[in-house]
Amino acid sequence: MKNERNNIINNVRKSLGRTGPIDVKRAKELNERINKPTRNLLPSRTDLPKNELINLFQKMAEDVFASVERVKDIDEIPDSLSDYLKRENLPAQVVMAPDPYLDTTPWEKQPLLEIRKGLPEEKDMVSVTSAAIAVAETGTLAMFSGPNHPSTLNFLPETHIVVLPVDRITKNYEDVWDIIRKIPPTEENLVQMPRTVNFITGPSRSGDIEQTLLLGAHGPRRLHIILVESE
Amino acid sequence: MTGSIPSEFKENVVRQLADEDLRQALTKSKGHFTGGRQKAKDNLPEFDALRDKARDIKDHTIENLDFYLEAYEKKVLSSGGYVHWASTAKDAQEIVLNICQSVGATSVNKGKSMIGEECDINEALEAAGINAVETDLGEYIIQIRNERPSHIIAPAVHLTKAQVEESFRETHTHLDPKRVLDEPLTLLEEARKVLRKKYFEAEVGITGANFLVAETGSSIIVTNEGNGDLSQLLPRVHIVLASIEKVVPNLEDASTLLRVLARSATGQEFSVYTTVSTGPRRDEDLDGPEEYHVILLDNGRTGMLGTEFQDMLRCIRCGACMNHCPVYQSVGGHAYGWVYPGPMGAVLSPGLLGVDEAGHLPNASTFCGRCEEVCPVHIPLPKLMRHWREREFERHLTPSSYRKGIQLWSFVALRPNLYQWLTSLQMRILGLLGRRRGRFTSIPMAKGWTKYRDLPAPEGKTFQKQWSERS
Repeated sequence: MKNERNNIINNVRKSLGRTGPIDVKRAKELNERINKPTRNLLPSRTDLPKNELINLFQKMAEDVFASVERVKDIDEIPDSLSDYLKRENLPAQVVMAPDPYLDTTPWEKQPLLEIRKGLPEEKDMVSVTSAAIAVAETGTLAMFSGPNHPSTLNFLPETHIVVLPVDRITKNYEDVWDIIRKIPPTEENLVQMPRTVNFITGPSRSGDIEQTLLLGAHGPRRLHIILVESE
Repeated sequence: MTGSIPSEFKENVVRQLADEDLRQALTKSKGHFTGGRQKAKDNLPEFDALRDKARDIKDHTIENLDFYLEAYEKKVLSSGGYVHWASTAKDAQEIVLNICQSVGATSVNKGKSMIGEECDINEALEAAGINAVETDLGEYIIQIRNERPSHIIAPAVHLTKAQVEESFRETHTHLDPKRVLDEPLTLLEEARKVLRKKYFEAEVGITGANFLVAETGSSIIVTNEGNGDLSQLLPRVHIVLASIEKVVPNLEDASTLLRVLARSATGQEFSVYTTVSTGPRRDEDLDGPEEYHVILLDNGRTGMLGTEFQDMLRCIRCGACMNHCPVYQSVGGHAYGWVYPGPMGAVLSPGLLGVDEAGHLPNASTFCGRCEEVCPVHIPLPKLMRHWREREFERHLTPSSYRKGIQLWSFVALRPNLYQWLTSLQMRILGLLGRRRGRFTSIPMAKGWTKYRDLPAPEGKTFQKQWSERS
């Protein structure tokens, strides 16, 4: 397929009126754009103090049918989660991400809650994860795949519960990239992307049948966010 | 694949206009997307400025496309993925088949991909004895009906729920024939259940890409259902089908484009799932595909570069142009006869298929200009349709009656006195004839016009005459 590659690249060049690669000076500028990106125009709606940013996140998430509940601190998470399961008539069984934050949550407060850590299976009704970061602009959660967070937890079970400490709420998607760029680079790659970055804005939906909005097409029917107001 | 071909556009339109189900489906969907877009635009004061920026990003990338493609390829390889280059749809089919056969795949899951449609990937897989399953609800519905999508983001928008029910009953014969299935929700639940099983069976998952990022070698898809994610996470191999113009320089540029994409498409602030995939799963990961392949398709696009049609390569496939097009909203997507309908299809299809095959799609326009007005990347669609019309005319592909008519008209139009004399005579006669009923239900030699609507009778004076009387 080497030839196909050269054919296509050569056709691009020919059509753009060049005979060879872009000249060295220009290439330097373009490399700069690739490796040292600058932010483009950002919506001003996130120019808010921290408290209001949290409110904006909550409002935007609720607008797209996520449910949001606030708890004071990490100690209140188990009760809040159990209450939610009861309210929604869901079993007290969850599959949970092997996540350091969730590991420090005092689950022993809810001894009846059955927790399995790791990958979801077909029978699992409820998954619990945290989110690496969240974006107030559109009420979006950002999940990074990794040993602490298998991506299938975000999609397979019908109910997805996300524990989110408020200090992880940022303004926009660009803040997410900056956090990823802090992962130490390797020789090959300046930016160490996780295999999958999932931006999640509300529960799964489809409008494919007569444009009727229905929740729970393939991913979760319910997305519940527990906002933790302090460490 | 049943359906129509672009060169039979006129025949397709006649059939589509007579289709009662289509009329019903189009009436129901009317205003849904346009209202949503307007609301999203109103909620974001920066929307228009972002559209300008989005256009500039795409223009910049396309002007330097070879550079960004090579940079992107390098990053995919260094993150452990593979890049395959395909000049034609046939090449892309072969690459997909080779990958599937290399892992002994018998079942393939597909997330929604317009490049997949463009390359008839499902047909190629089926011919090789591999079971291909569309997992997007709309795509699944049209797959079991053996149809093409009629819209680039709402593939089954042409169908009523009764038609979907009928198809589900015909296909899901293992389920109780007496089950109730008359609501969209019950239809969705049945599809969810049937497709859930398929996710675990497939060895290969195929998705499209909304953007490719040169900075990181990532592919980005946006979906609302989550099917694209399950399709790429559960199988052993993930194949990304993308055309070459999907690449953008960096993640910031992708973010700007994402801000205008969902708003222009469905009117959402952001799609439910925006997924950035980079290479195969890492050693320590608990899930994800072991192999990651990207197929970069040309299929005629390099031929549009450097021509007046280069602007079309900015398209981010939001579908706003067709949602706002009075022609599309009347005839539906299937009339266009190929993968891409509406104004963007009328410009793109002749570029990819050739003027001989699709050259008269650009005639299906009232030139009202709404498509250009709502395009998130400012593609001058009406201007590009005019260019195609000129090419069609130059190549003598237009019917002789049309050509003679145009010649006669231009002879008269170039002679203002003759033009005014003839038109005022015509208005007087039509005004007199139509005096009683105020409209004509048929006119000799213009049956095509009066077949679907009446012609209002003129009042007897031309506009120019009335204007000169006023001043």
